Amino acid sequence: MVNSATIQEQKVWDVLANITDPEIPVLSILDLGIVRKVNIYNNSITVTITPTYSGCPAMDVIGSSIKMELLALGFIKVEVASVLSPAWTTDWMSKAGKEKLKAYGIAPPSNKPQVCSLELFAPNEAIQCPQCNSYHTHRISEFGSTACKALYKCDACKEVFDYFKCY
Amino acid sequence: MTDQIKYLLCLADNALILGHRNSEWCGHGPVLEQDIALTNISLDLIGQARNFYQYAASLSGADHNEDTLAYHRDSHEFLNTLLVEQPNGDWGVTILRQFLVSNYQYYLYQQLQHNSDVTLAAIAAKAIKEVTYHLRWSSEWVIRLGDGTTESNQRMQQALHLLWPFTYELLQPADYETGYIDVTKIKQLWQDKTNEILAEATLSIPNNSQPFIGGKTGAHSEHLTAILNEMQSLPRAYPNTIW
Ligand SMILES: [Zn+2]
Repeated sequence: MVNSATIQEQKVWDVLANITDPEIPVLSILDLGIVRKVNIYNNSITVTITPTYSGCPAMDVIGSSIKMELLALGFIKVEVASVLSPAWTTDWMSKAGKEKLKAYGIAPPSNKPQVCSLELFAPNEAIQCPQCNSYHTHRISEFGSTACKALYKCDACKEVFDYFKCY
Repeated sequence: MTDQIKYLLCLADNALILGHRNSEWCGHGPVLEQDIALTNISLDLIGQARNFYQYAASLSGADHNEDTLAYHRDSHEFLNTLLVEQPNGDWGVTILRQFLVSNYQYYLYQQLQHNSDVTLAAIAAKAIKEVTYHLRWSSEWVIRLGDGTTESNQRMQQALHLLWPFTYELLQPADYETGYIDVTKIKQLWQDKTNEILAEATLSIPNNSQPFIGGKTGAHSEHLTAILNEMQSLPRAYPNTIW
């Protein structure tokens, strides 16, 4: 449709690429892989997102950031819809996102897709220390500063770090 | 109220009340890491409850939303099991209850994720990823504490005597539940897993306990009233307040 008021979809994606997760501000919502769909109709837009965890407290903040930014871009009506299926997985996190996480000091989710298993007292996954790159690390706790992270300690540099665990 | 809405409320209320109970440990856990673990589990449970409430509200008409369902129903309208509303007791009681419930939710959501109701299936498919972590964490702690020191073993055995009578209700379906799940299958899986973990924890299952049942039809212990008094006080004192 040719309409001077219609906002280019690319501009929308550029805006979304600058909206960050309030709990991990180096990651954009596109890095996280939680934006599923964008539908533009004239001056209205619907952005469909999916939560990382069921109880992720960042989702409400992310929803209002999307609304504010897209209204500022000139849309008259902005809706943020939420879908649960298919369920979000850490496999949807972008390669760039994983690099940003590591630079920020959080070990990114392991590249080989893994399903969280029920195996008890399993030997720790080999998680690389984001500070010194050593694989001599061990898990301190299954749950870290947020539900999506586990707490690890590096045996080489002794630093404690968060690991963005598989989901 | 339709059976579908009752069923959703039962799922939601179990998750919310257990999430609330666990959150009472925030800042009081025996060690920081496990305090954080339990409060993260609370967050997952309350998130799952929100999903069920939102869906139930969408089916029950214009006057309802997730907040009216959580904050403006009275004790007799809640459909959670008696198990989740019991006081936290010591850390052993809390851990053991988490294991008993996570073990149930694990097999329950495994079935529900294939339900023909696509919204319910989506909520379950998401929840199972979180519950897998809860079950692994609580199983490991039941074993550590049961097969631990003399004192930790005694406390876990006491916790098992205290909580076991409440487990019957988990596995005995209310009228509104039967259409959704194959209870016999869940019961078998739950019992096998429970026997396996408790055996490894060197704990023995009480063999002569009387079932405590009633929560799923709204007949609650006084403990639920106390929880609701605290949890609902703000939205009831200031109706329509938003965060
Ligand atoms: Zn290191």
